[in-house]
Amino acid sequence: MQEGTVLEMRGIHKSFPGVHALQGVQFTLRKGEIHALMGENGAGKSTLIKVLTGVYSKDEGTIMLEGHPGEVTIKSPQDAQNAGISTVYQEITLCPNLSVAENMFIGRATSGKFQNWKEMNKAADKLLKNLDIPAQATKQLGNYSIAVQQMVAIARAVDLDCKVLILDEPTSSLDEQEVEKLFKLMRDLKSRGVGIIFVTHFLDQVYAVSDRITVLRDGKFIGEYTVAELPRLKLVSTMLGKEMDDMADIKEDKNAVSQKDEIPVLEASNLQSTSGIKPFDFYINKGEVNGFTGLLGSGRSECVRALFGADKTLGGVIKIEGKRIKIAAPIDAMKRGIAYLPEDRKNDGIIGDLSVKDNIIIALQVLEGFFKPLSEKEKNKFAEEYIKLLDIKTASPETPIKSLSGGNQQKCILARWLLTHPNYLILDEPTRGIDVGTKVDIQKLVLKLASEGMSITFISSEQDEMIRTCSRLIVMRDGRVVGELTGDDISQSKIMSTIAGE
Amino acid sequence: MNKETNIFKKIVGNQLFIPLVALLILIVFNLINDPSFFALTIQNNIYGYPVLSGSIVSIIDFGSELAILAIGMTIVTAASGGQDISVGAVIAISGSTMLRALCGTNPQPETLRTSIFVAFLVGVIAAMICGAFNGLLVAFFKIPPMVATLILYTAGRSIAAWINENRLPMIYEPKFGYIGNFIPGIPIPTPVFIAAACMLVIALLHKFTNLKLYTQAVGINEESSRLNGINPKLIKFSVFVILGVFVAVAALIKVTRISTITYSVIAKDIEMDAILAVALGGNSLSGGKYNVWASVLGAYVIQFLTTTLYKLQVRSDALPAYKAVVVIILVVISSPIVRDKFSRISKNLKSKKTENGGV
Repeated sequence: MQEGTVLEMRGIHKSFPGVHALQGVQFTLRKGEIHALMGENGAGKSTLIKVLTGVYSKDEGTIMLEGHPGEVTIKSPQDAQNAGISTVYQEITLCPNLSVAENMFIGRATSGKFQNWKEMNKAADKLLKNLDIPAQATKQLGNYSIAVQQMVAIARAVDLDCKVLILDEPTSSLDEQEVEKLFKLMRDLKSRGVGIIFVTHFLDQVYAVSDRITVLRDGKFIGEYTVAELPRLKLVSTMLGKEMDDMADIKEDKNAVSQKDEIPVLEASNLQSTSGIKPFDFYINKGEVNGFTGLLGSGRSECVRALFGADKTLGGVIKIEGKRIKIAAPIDAMKRGIAYLPEDRKNDGIIGDLSVKDNIIIALQVLEGFFKPLSEKEKNKFAEEYIKLLDIKTASPETPIKSLSGGNQQKCILARWLLTHPNYLILDEPTRGIDVGTKVDIQKLVLKLASEGMSITFISSEQDEMIRTCSRLIVMRDGRVVGELTGDDISQSKIMSTIAGE
Repeated sequence: MNKETNIFKKIVGNQLFIPLVALLILIVFNLINDPSFFALTIQNNIYGYPVLSGSIVSIIDFGSELAILAIGMTIVTAASGGQDISVGAVIAISGSTMLRALCGTNPQPETLRTSIFVAFLVGVIAAMICGAFNGLLVAFFKIPPMVATLILYTAGRSIAAWINENRLPMIYEPKFGYIGNFIPGIPIPTPVFIAAACMLVIALLHKFTNLKLYTQAVGINEESSRLNGINPKLIKFSVFVILGVFVAVAALIKVTRISTITYSVIAKDIEMDAILAVALGGNSLSGGKYNVWASVLGAYVIQFLTTTLYKLQVRSDALPAYKAVVVIILVVISSPIVRDKFSRISKNLKSKKTENGGV
């Protein structure tokens, strides 16, 4: 191992039934370096991380760590932690029913036999304050937003005296300010000599903090580059393995806003739900793509959840094509042709142990009714049709959905709702944690569906996605609708100033 | 060779594998120990009718109640992620209700007050009410199933005794006894047909409704299910009511076997065997995906084991201890950790073989 290297992985192989997930992958991390690990969904990033942290055992290959002569074997996450490798995963892996402090110190050796709770809480509070995280040590973790939970997870990892810090999609649920805070933290750790492995789908973020980039594709090592060597467009084409037609062509497809005087597909007035958002008005016309934007936690998701009946409504009126209706539960909305792809894929979207096939057909099946099961033949036909249409990468339609990569899971959920042929499709963060290629596909699909007459509400944390796809943006701040932007007003700076309230 | 290992994997990976192997071991053991175990004879019973008899017949006969309960327990487990421990006590309630309907206030009536069918329906309703009570607590008050059903588990047998004012009703009508024993002229025990009918019912439910998809979805991810238009509360509530129907059928068999009822003993500890049957069938006790046939097979394996132990002259009070040993072995073998180890060993063997073949 060379001087200044903290981690070296060589010739790593890992297979799962039916998939050769890693094929001789190498990765080198130097001291005080932020090293981005890039690749599409299913390229093997997460598998490599899990091999490194002992979640999976590698089939072949060597791992060497600074300060350990020869090869190290990492058999469990505990081993990894002891060796100074800390990880923050994309999905929160903390326990929401424990307190913040407990989450930060769980599973870690204490000096004595007994846990000194008071001291633990004090230490946790101090660390949280240092990192500027708005959480209290003694509060239950589940009370906080996903963003704050994510930051607690990072705090936990940072506090473990780590040499290698792995951040697996740490920013996918953070808003811009929070991302900035995290970056500050990353640079700080870097200057202290920690090697950071940064896995992300956000290209901007890669260039904002990283020193080096390693690209994987289809489980193979493609190359290691310095940031200067690999400008953005080249990075994308390296990841995809082909020259990419510019995303710019999307914008041309965008439809003009339809006339105001037509009867909206869906109209809500004074709608209020149990989630704590302020009563709001909303409408969407046929073939329109609109979107809710605002900072994380501003009530974007809560608005669409109220429309779909996912949260109980407390007041207000919903009209569909001018007729007043009552939505007491999601099924009422579904029967009226509304579909909703939820923000939290893992908890609200997939039904993990069920097959890809069952996950695709379930919404249609529920609409058909309890006493009208689809035949096996129909189910297979639908599943195969949509697996092909959306290019879902799965070993077979019978594979449990939980064993698919995040992007492919998302496509299954999308397939589920497209199969019901909705009039109005709500997409809440459909592109979160998904590779660039799929993101573009989804945005193109949205515009295609709209041109065929479907109304779509699109929510994304990435503003440029919304600017590209939406013809009308509803801006939220603190649970309140604070503005609406159309036409040329839809721009980064205008959105910012509306959110800021200037 | 790859094909071979795939088939091997498919067999080992199948949920029916463990209960089938257990059954095979029991069969082989009994073959070695005493081949007459498998003898089938035709004997005249006490009424003078020729009927089939032998250990195998008694396993299939006396396994009926357990198999019927295992069906319902599987569905409850799938949807609620917990088990109903009150089924034994509810059998007492339901059975007692049937007898009360037949006898009224006279514990040993000369003529029945109503038809057996009507009495059965009354028993079904009683068991469904008990199921609804459990379901209400689990689905709407979000009480863990074991805790919710603990109430009827504790109080059920007293309620059963209270229904008949603690009298011991006896039914002398021979037709009543046909249900739990033999119908004259048919050499196969009637409960076998009833169990088969229950299996047919669940097969039809699976074929013509979405029971399986809904219960599994709710058991795996309640929130996702709700957002896909399923009403998880209703599903959880319903599975307990459905279990109630199966419990009533089991109660009918139990009381017609002896044409009377003993409140404190009838179907005692049967809930544990029913839960065990579900686990033995490789179904996760925390809910989600299930295979009801594996549970049914598990039920008969348990009955097979019980009968085998009786044949070995194990005293009935020592029976649970012997059973426990077997259960530990079975449960450990079917645990994911051991299964994983097995598959790894077989994989290593395979790779060694190919290495040798290459050289």
